[in-house]
Amino acid sequence: MAHAPEPDLASGDPGDERPRWDNKAQYLLSCIGFAVGLGNIWRFPYLCQTYGGGAFLIPYVIALIFEGIPLFHVELAIGQRLRKGSIGVWTAVSPYLSGLGLGCVMLSSLVSLYYNTILAWVLWYFLNSFQHPLPWSSCPPDLNRTGFVEECQGSSAVSYFWYRQTLNITADINDSGSIQWRLLICLAACWAVVYMCVIRGVETTGKAIYFTASFPYLVLTIFLIRGLTLPGATKGLSYLFTPNMQILQNPRVWLDAATQIFFSLSLAFGGHIAFASYNSPRNILSLINEFDFPEQSISRDDYPAVLVHLTATQPRRVARLPLKACHLEDFLDKTASGPGLAFIVFTEAVLHMPGAPGWAVLFFGMLFTLGLSSMFGNMEAIITPLLDNGVLPRWVPKEALTGLVCLACFLCATCFTLQSGNYWLEIFDNFAAPLNLLIFAFLEVVGVVYVYGMKRFCDDIAWMTGRRPGPYWRLTWRVVSPLLLLTIFVAYVTLLARKPLSYRAWNPQYELFPSRQEKLYPGWVRAACVLLSLLPVLWVPMAALAQLLTRWKRTWRDRDVRPDTNTR
Amino acid sequence: MMVPLHSSVGVRARSCLHKNKNKQQQNTSSTKMTKLHNSMIPVLLLRNNIHVFTYIHRKENTRQKGAENAFKVRLSIRTALGDKAYAWDTNEEYLFKAMVAFSMRKVPNREATEISHVLLCNVTQRVSFWFVVTDPSKNHTLPAVEVQLAIRMNRNRINNAFSLNDQTLEFLKIPSTLAPPTDPSVPIWIIIFGVIFCIVIVAITLLILSGIRQRRRKNKEPSEVDDAEDKCENMITIENGIPCDPLDMKGGHINDAFMTEDERLTPL
Repeated sequence: MAHAPEPDLASGDPGDERPRWDNKAQYLLSCIGFAVGLGNIWRFPYLCQTYGGGAFLIPYVIALIFEGIPLFHVELAIGQRLRKGSIGVWTAVSPYLSGLGLGCVMLSSLVSLYYNTILAWVLWYFLNSFQHPLPWSSCPPDLNRTGFVEECQGSSAVSYFWYRQTLNITADINDSGSIQWRLLICLAACWAVVYMCVIRGVETTGKAIYFTASFPYLVLTIFLIRGLTLPGATKGLSYLFTPNMQILQNPRVWLDAATQIFFSLSLAFGGHIAFASYNSPRNILSLINEFDFPEQSISRDDYPAVLVHLTATQPRRVARLPLKACHLEDFLDKTASGPGLAFIVFTEAVLHMPGAPGWAVLFFGMLFTLGLSSMFGNMEAIITPLLDNGVLPRWVPKEALTGLVCLACFLCATCFTLQSGNYWLEIFDNFAAPLNLLIFAFLEVVGVVYVYGMKRFCDDIAWMTGRRPGPYWRLTWRVVSPLLLLTIFVAYVTLLARKPLSYRAWNPQYELFPSRQEKLYPGWVRAACVLLSLLPVLWVPMAALAQLLTRWKRTWRDRDVRPDTNTR
Repeated sequence: MMVPLHSSVGVRARSCLHKNKNKQQQNTSSTKMTKLHNSMIPVLLLRNNIHVFTYIHRKENTRQKGAENAFKVRLSIRTALGDKAYAWDTNEEYLFKAMVAFSMRKVPNREATEISHVLLCNVTQRVSFWFVVTDPSKNHTLPAVEVQLAIRMNRNRINNAFSLNDQTLEFLKIPSTLAPPTDPSVPIWIIIFGVIFCIVIVAITLLILSGIRQRRRKNKEPSEVDDAEDKCENMITIENGIPCDPLDMKGGHINDAFMTEDERLTPL
């Protein structure tokens, strides 16, 4: 057999040549771009911080070794070997597993709906960063211009810009409100950009990926250098990376590490940091104003002594003052993740840097390219199976199919531009993705190893790369990964079932404003959550059932035919 | 009975009026006041003395009308000017009274306000003080609303007279008018959005057109290739009834019959 070990030359009718990457670099960058997305930027550091800094890396690396890498390898290898999209691959592995491919397509479309909406938000912030001063730096004045708008005064300029001027959010998920035209046109622009990059499949994404996969790393390096030169950098870093080993005893850590390997944007908003609202200079000013001391008569060093003296002599007046103690740990502990990090914390941080518009443009540009490269993967997961299975007739060009898919997704995603859209987006992120991904991953590993056959798979890999996979791979594929996935799935479901489904609403009328109000989901929303979590998975048993029925029908038909031939 | 200090706001105002009234008659209380804040007593002691002073006055004061028409002013000169800060003395107080009188004169019906109608008191080292505008002809203080209106309208002039701004020259209870938001006629984000969107649309159209062109070329090529092959077959040279094609060295086949002995065996 004089086959060169080159999958590109594998069989297939020459008239229908499968598009391919121009070179290995494109393929590598695409994989990196797809795997590294928004979740890596804003969820991983938050988990690191919440779960005791450096200690979190231990469960993370363990999960990576036993779950992440084996699964990744399986997916890449089986896709490369069978050279088909997800539906084709699983139908080839076993006809009963064809539902897995369909479920993956459905899941990818659900994910791309809300993922691109997040990119629309990022685009909105990016467009607003080209002005000085930045629009979120100050509150707008109210109607008679005597003070600032009340909602802004109560929270902060940055939160106001996010919740009111961007989302224009309602206080309850039942109250849908109207479509925000600003977000709508940003969403249209995002889908147009995605279409432009995905229009001819691998050809165009391969070119776009050079920029979208490398630009974020460039910007992150710049931010790293900038961050290290800020005062207090070493303190913050040491706080982040000092391991707190006690926390490893909490099973939640292991669960979060394992699910983080997968995919999580975690749009659950983190705490709201009250930046610099209260600090030493303000306390000093309050004291000076209340007691009419001469200006600048209390320095930072005198402040503790003076405070003690005044508390002793005139406690009631001191008690009335809004003095807040300032501990570094308080600020460092109130971390945020998800949009809370990008759109609230970071925008606040950028205001204090010189050349704020430049930093904001860089940051949001980086987020946009990160998300865009992940979107390529999502769209390819939808379009390739559709093309392979010939959903549309042959004469319809690929551009038209891609255009139709993008248009359909855009129309569906307009529901996220409603005023309550943000709450729905959280629902999609919390329920559509995680459970289904766990189930699909489990089925993939089991399907390849036990249905396709471990020996056959190892032969394929040897044929493709020239080397048989070693015992580590075989052990993890056969035993460790499926077991791990099963445990994680059970743990996740029990955790989910334990607490009632609730969300945090932004309600200016709430007495503890600006804290978000905890509300329970109404019944119909809960039904929608269940539907979202089950819909992609249901394809698997349904397809298996359909396959079974056709098999039975065929055997019955054969049985009817055979007696006739025998008697002849 | 000891008055709780937080209600000494009105007390101070009343004491201010009382002091100024007495000033016209006798100078005792005012000298006591100036003695107090001109002395080198440490700040904390000073505070206690004023507390005692107002307590005493409260016992002596009868109800004074117009106490609620006084306003507290707070200046942060060192914060605003740093090294170029000027000292607050009686001349600056005179300027302040002049500015307030000037503002009041701009209110209709109050054009006859004089500098002597503005009363300042309780000047502290912070620099903060209370002031009130009186109307001697009717022997009462001007209503707070009018004073507030006058100050608000002329806030800019007053600030400039002292080289301060709204934050460093504070009138408590008189909110300053905030600057209107400077919105350009077309928001910047729309401009940039338009640019990006146009570029994307142009790129998409170009890609679609080039795709159509490529497909048309591909459709033409197979038919051209077929024609060429047909022509080739007709063009095969025939010599002696044998087509020349098989005689060409296609595929590099080596005819063993023509191999020499030396080449068959590998050389040493």
